[in-house]
Amino acid sequence: MLLELEDIGRSFGGVHAVDGASFAVSQGHVHGLIGPNGAGKTTAINLISGLLRPQRGEIRLDGQRLDRLPAYRIAELGVRRTFQSIRLFPGMTALQNVTVGQHVRRQASLFEKLVFSRRSASEERLLQADAEELLDRTGIGGRGDERASNLAYGDQRRLEIARALASNPRLLLLDEPAAGMNQSEALGLGELVRRLAAGGLTILLVEHNVRLVMAVCDRITVLDFGKVIANGTPAEISADPAVIAAYLGLEPTAGSE
Amino acid sequence: MCCGFCGRWGAMNWLTEFYNQNSTIINFIGLNAILGLSLYITLSAGLLSLANAGFMGIGAYTGALLTIHQHWPLWGSLLAGGLMAALLALPLGLPVLRLRGVFLAIATIGFGEVVRLFFINWSFAGGALGIVGVPQETRWWHIYLVLLALLFFFWRLRRSRMGYALEAIRQDEPAARTMGINTTFYKVLTFVLGAFIAGVAGVLQAHLRFIVDPGDYGFARAVDILVYAVVGGMNIFIGPLLGAGLITVLPEVLRHMKSWGIQPGPDRQLINGVVLLLVILFLPRGIVSLFDWRPGRRPRWPLFRRAETRASRT
Repeated sequence: MLLELEDIGRSFGGVHAVDGASFAVSQGHVHGLIGPNGAGKTTAINLISGLLRPQRGEIRLDGQRLDRLPAYRIAELGVRRTFQSIRLFPGMTALQNVTVGQHVRRQASLFEKLVFSRRSASEERLLQADAEELLDRTGIGGRGDERASNLAYGDQRRLEIARALASNPRLLLLDEPAAGMNQSEALGLGELVRRLAAGGLTILLVEHNVRLVMAVCDRITVLDFGKVIANGTPAEISADPAVIAAYLGLEPTAGSE
Repeated sequence: MCCGFCGRWGAMNWLTEFYNQNSTIINFIGLNAILGLSLYITLSAGLLSLANAGFMGIGAYTGALLTIHQHWPLWGSLLAGGLMAALLALPLGLPVLRLRGVFLAIATIGFGEVVRLFFINWSFAGGALGIVGVPQETRWWHIYLVLLALLFFFWRLRRSRMGYALEAIRQDEPAARTMGINTTFYKVLTFVLGAFIAGVAGVLQAHLRFIVDPGDYGFARAVDILVYAVVGGMNIFIGPLLGAGLITVLPEVLRHMKSWGIQPGPDRQLINGVVLLLVILFLPRGIVSLFDWRPGRRPRWPLFRRAETRASRT
């Protein structure tokens, strides 16, 4: 298990956003996290990435506790995320956004930069080439010099993924990456997710597009009111009565009003 | 007989003459540019701090006292003044930088007032009268050497690990944290660096002006420093340089306009204020935005540009 959450709790005022949730994500899997609005999915992502602290429970990455670490340390350990409401650095170009994403890989100190050290220049070339390749891989090659805020909506989502991948993470948290996309854009995104997983990356995917989740995920965890109500393969989840009642919706049957 | 040399010497003479007539203004442009840059570095991490006037005062007192009582050479006083300001910035920055925006500005104004009141009541350093008789050791090239070093520093900073980190923090701090950027560290670092630069400027100014006056490091100075950055532009380090240049030169230019019926004093302040207002209204990104060097892009008036994007969105 790469990521383990154990009895995690976090409330805001009287609202228990996440209330004793436990689940685990296997190395190399695409793991779906679904549930109705307000089920605590985004809160879970915020807790794992360290933007929020859990009030109880433990989060472990490869056995190491994450829940008491600041967000930047968690990122250094190889956990990266995207945001439900896109949070690119709007004034930077697409390429510069990816460059910021490479922060933890950049070794050259400011001093080396000041004295024009050869190491800092060669590192810069290497990372630059890497960033451009990453834009190609996520399907926005050639847009590198455009301002992030000028990119099309779907491309902004892709750029967020590219920026998260720039540090070669072990675990990628995607918070509704297909929100606002049409079905064909969402399918393109699904392909990208599968490709990344085939390369060995572990992905936790929060998503409302059920068709996408079912097509892409190896395992799925369902949250409702901050609690885990089901856990299993896509086939098991779509047959689970509790999930159908809470989230997927009842098939209209004859005789019911 | 005249040869190439005479011409060159003539030019030198002319330059010396020019400097002698305008030395005050030349020195103060450089000093104010350094002060503008001391604020620019905190602004580049998205922090609006008005503490730099206080740090300038701390530098000025430290440098002046060391020179007078310990007979330190200027370079030693410069270093000590900068370090003293940086040292005091560290314990101040750690708690205060949790605040953002206006709240940070108010807290740092408070700090500036504390510093000013401390110096006014510090009888060892002359109390409200300040220190008189600081050796006039600052030369124009001291100031411009410091300025040049700073410009080099900011030029190299821009595309460095730290430079990218600061820009990321300014544009979206939580997102920056999830990129592995230690935002607290960088914010405190810029605050301390800004204090260091302001402290050095304070020492230079003390050894230029002969006196250290506690009233010189109050709220008015803090606002002046902010104005250099705002008028010049905060997006690139050239901005504070241009801002300091314009704001410092303007009163002198107006002084020469007596024949136009402009009186020194209130008239000049009025014109000063009007220029400031015009820049803020029509060039919200500062005078530096007049020079958009990127190819294929014509400089446009930001006021109209904003209206344009608003129209294109709807």
